[in-house]
Amino acid sequence: MNFYLLSAIKAAVVVGVLMLTLLYLQWVERKVIARIQVRLGPNRVGPYGLLQPLADTLKLLLKEDLMPPGPNRFLYLLAPFLAITLSLISISVIPFGPAVNVIGVPTWMQLTDLNIGVVFILALSSLNVYGVVLAGWASNSKYPLLGGLRASAQMISYELPLGLAVAAPLLMSNTLSLREIVVSQSHYYGGFFPAWNVFRGPFPQVIGFLVFMIAAFAETNRVPFDLPEAETELVAGFHTEYSSMKFAGFFMAEYSNMITVCSMATVLFLGGWLPPFPGLDVVPVVGPLFWFLAKTGVLLFVFIWVRGTMPRLRYDQLMRFAWSFMFPVAMVNLMVTGLLVALVG
Amino acid sequence: MPEGVPLSWYLILSAILFALGVAGFLFRRNLITMFMSIELMLNAVNLTFVTFSYHLKKVDGQVFTFFVMVVAAAEAAVGLAIILTVFKNRATLHVDEIASMKN
Amino acid sequence: MSALLFLIFATIAVVCGISLVVRRHPVENALALIGTMASLSVLYLLLGAQFIAAAQVFVYAGAIMVLFIFVIMLLNARTEYKSHGAWMARLMGVPLLLALLGILGFVIFRAFPHSEEVRLGGFTGGTVEHVGRAIFTTYLLPFEITSILVLIAIVGAVVLAYKELD
Repeated sequence: MNFYLLSAIKAAVVVGVLMLTLLYLQWVERKVIARIQVRLGPNRVGPYGLLQPLADTLKLLLKEDLMPPGPNRFLYLLAPFLAITLSLISISVIPFGPAVNVIGVPTWMQLTDLNIGVVFILALSSLNVYGVVLAGWASNSKYPLLGGLRASAQMISYELPLGLAVAAPLLMSNTLSLREIVVSQSHYYGGFFPAWNVFRGPFPQVIGFLVFMIAAFAETNRVPFDLPEAETELVAGFHTEYSSMKFAGFFMAEYSNMITVCSMATVLFLGGWLPPFPGLDVVPVVGPLFWFLAKTGVLLFVFIWVRGTMPRLRYDQLMRFAWSFMFPVAMVNLMVTGLLVALVG
Repeated sequence: MPEGVPLSWYLILSAILFALGVAGFLFRRNLITMFMSIELMLNAVNLTFVTFSYHLKKVDGQVFTFFVMVVAAAEAAVGLAIILTVFKNRATLHVDEIASMKN
Repeated sequence: MSALLFLIFATIAVVCGISLVVRRHPVENALALIGTMASLSVLYLLLGAQFIAAAQVFVYAGAIMVLFIFVIMLLNARTEYKSHGAWMARLMGVPLLLALLGILGFVIFRAFPHSEEVRLGGFTGGTVEHVGRAIFTTYLLPFEITSILVLIAIVGAVVLAYKELD
């Protein structure tokens, strides 16, 4: 089949599934947090509240569209657009499964495989800062500006442990392409124990995985690092002055970022689409996809669980944690991995 | 439509960007904008390096680009710290008002 | 296809560059510079420099420009006003600038009268592996010196911005 047509079809499928997932991730989050807080969550609109996201979307579409006074109209409109666009682009290099043969067309279950895939995603996540900072600035008022500045400082600070935590499994997998990283984790120890990067010799990347997850919390502005959008402290932080679909843009961008970092963690540390024991993915297309979604789903559940459970870190505690603890730990992890790979691998 | 553009067009683009950087540095009076024009000049030079790396089919031009990027990052950090200090002392970013060492 | 991409992104780069020189508000200038850097990143991809393209977005647009925007917002930089010193600079500067551009263009066209076409995939030696190998074997000494330079920059920035706790 024509390359462009195939890519267009794959892109349409991925974007459609992603949009649906964003809507229902919000539903899952509200239900899970409600149960953690010993209440029921949305259960009026539709059975078990399943139509709640549609009701929310309708509400956001029909809300009044405000624009604060000030000279920065272009920036004000650009910021949510930038946020959602960048987080959607990151999905394009995540591999969902191996090479498959769908209706006689051989293709990889991935939109595109860049041989600099990891750096591409890191670069896009470092551009995410702009959505937040420009929103804070363009809103032309105190609380959003403070929220925007704090958010940008936080996101830049946590990019360093994120990058270092990502570099360690790259040393073991010896490639930057996300597909090759998953393929390099596909053997099994003793025939049954999976060689995912968290379990793999010469240095199991447990510390790297934990550092990556904590830095991911900070990069996506989730609890316990969500001071920039703190609902009780800064009014609503950097998106105070946004209403209706522009607010929905930030909302979608946050969930989309969550999905991206969980997929990255799955691919880099947990073996992507590979099953935990050999032979469990005999079903051709659905098997690997199921394992990928299951692992990503568990990580997303951890994100939601932490939101319902942990208190928020104060700003100076947050920054001190990044520079005094996370950065040295990530550095030591990288150095030990490098040493062991050089000696053993 | 031809498949690619001649190499000299990339060099011309680099020259235009460099000239724009010089123009920004000479004609603007805001400290930060002048600093950003310097970054634009560095970017133009990077494009030249990468173009010649393509022309000579060696990777050395890209290695130089890498070093230029690192140096630009270091220079941006120190330069912005200096700008902050100047602002603390003079409360202005307009170059003509900070010119007390002239004459 | 490579020609179309070049034309689009070269135009964006030049328009953003002109916007950097012409606009009066520092935040707009910073955004224009980010636009230039992003379009240059695409041009690097066309020239086969994959690592440099990613590093351009990662380092320049994602870190250095964030630092610039941070400082602009911290200092609350306003729209700059024209001063009398700028008039003389503009009078003398524009012809000299055009002369610079003319000389550069002349030299380029003399050196490359019939140069090859730049195609996507024309140079495949720009992968991370090639750049890494060159950095760690041929250019090891500059690499080490650059890392010391970055250390000096870190120390310098901290010393300059340090506030005594009294």
